[in-house]
Amino acid sequence: MSTTTTPESRSRGKAPAGERVADWADGRLGIYSLAKANMRKIFPDHPSFMLGEICLYSFLIIILTGVYLTLFFHPSMNEVEYHGSYVPMQGQLMSEAYKSTLDISFDVRGGLLIRQIHHWAALVFLAGMFIHMMRVFFTGAFRKPREINWLFGFLLFVLGMFTGFTGYSLPDDLLSGTGIRFMEGAILSVPIVGTYISFFLFGGEFPGDDFVARFFSIHVLLLPGIMLGLVVAHLILVFYHKHTQFAGPGKTNKNVVGMPLLPVYMAKAGGFFFLVFGVLAAVAAIATINPIWAIGPYRPDMVSTGAQPDWYMGFSEGLIRVMPGWEINFWGHTLVLGVFIPLLIFPLVLVAIAVYPFIESWVTGDKREHHILDRPRNVPTRTAFGVAWITLYFVLLVGGGNDLWATHFHLSINAITWFVRIAFFVAPVLAFIVTKRICLGLQRRDKDKVLHGRESGIIKRLPHGEFIEVHEPLSQEQLHTLTAHEQYQPAEIGPAVDENGVRRKVSATEKLRAKLSKGYYGDDGQIPKPTVEEYKEITSGHGHH
Amino acid sequence: MKKLSARRRHPLAALVVLLLALACTGGLYAVFAPADKAQADESAQTLTIEEGKKLYTVGCASCHGTGGQGTSDGPSVVGVGAAAVDFQVSTGRMPAATSQGAQVPRKKAIYNQAEIDQLAAYIASLGAGPAVPTEAQYGPEGADIAKGGELFRNNCAQCHNFTGKGGALTHGKYAPSLDGVAPKHIYEAMLTGPQNMPSFPDTTLSEQNKKDIIAYLNAVNGEETESPGGLTLGGLGPVSEGLFAWVFGLGALIAAAVWVAARTAKAKKS
Amino acid sequence: MSSHDIPEENLPDAQDTPHGTVKLADERNPFADPGLPPHEHRIQDIDERAAKRSERTVALLFTLSMLATVGFIASYVTIPVDKSVYIFPLGHIGALNFALGMTLGVALFAIGAGAVHWARTLMSDQELTDERHPVEASPETKAQVMDDFRQGAKESALGRRKLIRNTMFGALALFPLSGVVLLRDLGPLPGTKLRHTLWSKGKLLVNMNTNEPMRPSDIIVGSLTFAKPEGLEEHDHEFQTQIAKAALMLVRIKPDDIKDKRQLEWSHEGIVAYSKICTHVGCPISLYEQQTHHALCPCHQSTFDLSDGARVIFGPAGHALPQLRIGVNDEGYLEALGDFDEPVGPAFWERG
Repeated sequence: MSTTTTPESRSRGKAPAGERVADWADGRLGIYSLAKANMRKIFPDHPSFMLGEICLYSFLIIILTGVYLTLFFHPSMNEVEYHGSYVPMQGQLMSEAYKSTLDISFDVRGGLLIRQIHHWAALVFLAGMFIHMMRVFFTGAFRKPREINWLFGFLLFVLGMFTGFTGYSLPDDLLSGTGIRFMEGAILSVPIVGTYISFFLFGGEFPGDDFVARFFSIHVLLLPGIMLGLVVAHLILVFYHKHTQFAGPGKTNKNVVGMPLLPVYMAKAGGFFFLVFGVLAAVAAIATINPIWAIGPYRPDMVSTGAQPDWYMGFSEGLIRVMPGWEINFWGHTLVLGVFIPLLIFPLVLVAIAVYPFIESWVTGDKREHHILDRPRNVPTRTAFGVAWITLYFVLLVGGGNDLWATHFHLSINAITWFVRIAFFVAPVLAFIVTKRICLGLQRRDKDKVLHGRESGIIKRLPHGEFIEVHEPLSQEQLHTLTAHEQYQPAEIGPAVDENGVRRKVSATEKLRAKLSKGYYGDDGQIPKPTVEEYKEITSGHGHH
Repeated sequence: MKKLSARRRHPLAALVVLLLALACTGGLYAVFAPADKAQADESAQTLTIEEGKKLYTVGCASCHGTGGQGTSDGPSVVGVGAAAVDFQVSTGRMPAATSQGAQVPRKKAIYNQAEIDQLAAYIASLGAGPAVPTEAQYGPEGADIAKGGELFRNNCAQCHNFTGKGGALTHGKYAPSLDGVAPKHIYEAMLTGPQNMPSFPDTTLSEQNKKDIIAYLNAVNGEETESPGGLTLGGLGPVSEGLFAWVFGLGALIAAAVWVAARTAKAKKS
Repeated sequence: MSSHDIPEENLPDAQDTPHGTVKLADERNPFADPGLPPHEHRIQDIDERAAKRSERTVALLFTLSMLATVGFIASYVTIPVDKSVYIFPLGHIGALNFALGMTLGVALFAIGAGAVHWARTLMSDQELTDERHPVEASPETKAQVMDDFRQGAKESALGRRKLIRNTMFGALALFPLSGVVLLRDLGPLPGTKLRHTLWSKGKLLVNMNTNEPMRPSDIIVGSLTFAKPEGLEEHDHEFQTQIAKAALMLVRIKPDDIKDKRQLEWSHEGIVAYSKICTHVGCPISLYEQQTHHALCPCHQSTFDLSDGARVIFGPAGHALPQLRIGVNDEGYLEALGDFDEPVGPAFWERG
């Protein structure tokens, strides 16, 4: 790149063209100062650090393909008769939205491909955000100074869900219409204002003539606009904070070790965009998604079995399916708890994971910056909480697909529903306990490895006939890596009397905090890591295994 | 039906058509033939019923009663009609195993068509019921596919899914997949309402309606049905799509990510 | 790539330590950070032939991408949009979609693979270290900012001139109301719209399939029929909104099997008419099991017993399906004897 230049070559005024353009831009935008800080910025290499890039690139692909689709899509609910090229729909009444989607699929060359890339990319985008978020969660990358970026990411996930849902609804087919009908029912269940919100949203009674056009502006303008802003902010913060890294030789909390942006990451990240786009294009060539021609136009009096939302809304579908039908009538009003409670739990499930970092930082009381990632096993309580949350999420996904579980595994739909109702409460607790035990077990194994070395698989017979397995000592790199993590001490409640001997009131929150801290870092929360003394004592006695 | 259309191009098809034409001529002759011929037909019919009764006594009477009146193990078959017998026995649902799950499944038929006709004739003789439909009733000629689609979505899709892939009912019961089900059997099922399926008699779903539905089903769920976008993933909708996106979409991308971030092999003295 | 064809003098020293012994850089603290391990060369760094091979691979991938793009354009031009092709194991699929998707996929993937291979094998893989700096500002900076802020606040006199401050807050708080008011015309007020449907006394029940009125004899035990009110046609502007409330499900149950007394009264010779719209969130519920008389909702599995007043026996629905009172008119056709006596579809706050 010709932008790396020296003052002398500039003063001579005979710089190559590229450099002159860069000079021009620098005079107006100050790009050299920007490039100085960022051009050779270091990014650590780890496959799990690429998950966010999957999300970024699928988001860009969604925008590109989405713009193309708007050129052909008519967001209108006017009823028209179909006379296009798909035979099994000839003469059917349908909305213009549905008809134009049929046209994109059957008459615009490549239209079907772009539609399918758009939809597949949306599913992958949400799936990518889900595991990216889990990676950040389980490695503790959300700790100071990255809490705000964690929230930005969380907001992107939630907004992505709603952008997906509004997009899924636009073709006005029988499946998405059923989803909209469900949404109307859910809004109606809101006490006091539900009916009004519903009438304002649909421009009157369901389905009315308005919702496709309104959802269209929400889907293509409002939500993606906010998301684009958040993505930019998210990336700026990633640059500003510099990436986290795993513990290892030479890697400290004060540095970042890896490859420079130019040229390695320029090529790797830029190349990865094409890899993502290529994979999504191939997926769209191989497998069909949302074949609306087979689904039919929406009619409020028709439905198909297996009516499900896209996967990212599946857990809310599970909530609504397994909830008992509670309804309270009083003073001429109806409280539709059977729908309203799931509607409240839906955001709570999401918020539970979003606020966790703040709870953890309150429990530890740690105000320092953290740039070295945790191995999940070294923070058993956090890991167990995360696994419990995922378990809850997947139990609800099972509930959302209970009919397909029933038909494919020859089970009773009623039995599955009851299973999910019970598992909703029990499974996360079990997952929490089991995960914590596994983490502690892994910590013990790490400790053994540090103190006694790695099992080499070589069996040796001692002179007196005993067989032993030879343990190979670890290198200092390995020793450092396995012992680099910090261990907190459980927080104590301060003395009950202050320095003047006056009894101080210990607040309930303080007690709770001490209790949580004990759970996190007490004897049941972590295995004390090996100390230098222990190591020396064991390694000094030769032949001890 | 799908098989039939495939075989239409078979070199022997012309021969079959010829034979059918001969059979039709014979049939026409039988209709217009003098009365003594009809007498003979009637006795042939009686013979068929007798044969059917024998088969019934051996294979069906233990559950449905010696006179078809039904027992605690099986419902009455008086008045169900030949169409119900043809459907139940040729799809292998009857005879059913003694201990059933929630629902009697489709399986390989154990009677041949001649035996099924005899059984059907016997059951039809016990009380009036819907007759076995003819190809003119369920064949594709004169069917409106699009209308059939609308009718299918209104009457059938709620249990059998948009394109007839089947779905769940309560307590382990299910609406079976319609993949590869013969048009005749679909017609019979609509007419007679087997097991928990409601019936759609001609009075509420006309013959033409049924023909339209069958034609639509053949168009969207036939062996030759094209899926313009690629694999249909079972035609099950967002659940299988979500699974595919996770396993193959995200799976491939994670594999790519591992490759991008992996260390390149180092040169070492070995 | 084996290492035996690399000139011996170019090979770096073996890095792995022999079995059984460990060299510790720091005897006092064996867990101390030994620092970044020395850089190891890749084959491409020391063997120009290997580097050439990598270069050719990258160039090949970029060339492949160019060919695939040509293939994409050729497919677009030559393959008709409605052409179908059989591809194992995908089945009968659209030829154009497959050709365009695969060529586009290869064109893009090859660019990516080329760039990544280039970065992995030919660009420097020397790990570099960047220092981090604390995000928090130094106390001096903070003090400076606080001073500036206080100075600015003082100069604005916001704290002193309370009248200005309060009226400004008032103005800023009020103006968003204009935006809220503007949303009023998004839709009409609900009124009693959710309480009424098109059904009224004397309206004939019209079969959805045949578009004809029905006689009781048309509906046999075990059958399932859907009906709409007479006069409502698919081409009507209001059809979707009206059918969303008026859709009707007709079944015939032997009067002896009907457990609910009012249901029997409101039926005609065992023919009962229930709203087809689920009372949970409004899916058209119509999975009728004719032997058990249970109707299941395909969306959320609410189950109603149609022989017992359409009571909820399973699932998330909160109340029974509304029943329409029906009878027969002078000409023998089924007719409604009034509107539903309660709102159909999902429950709402004002339902009562």
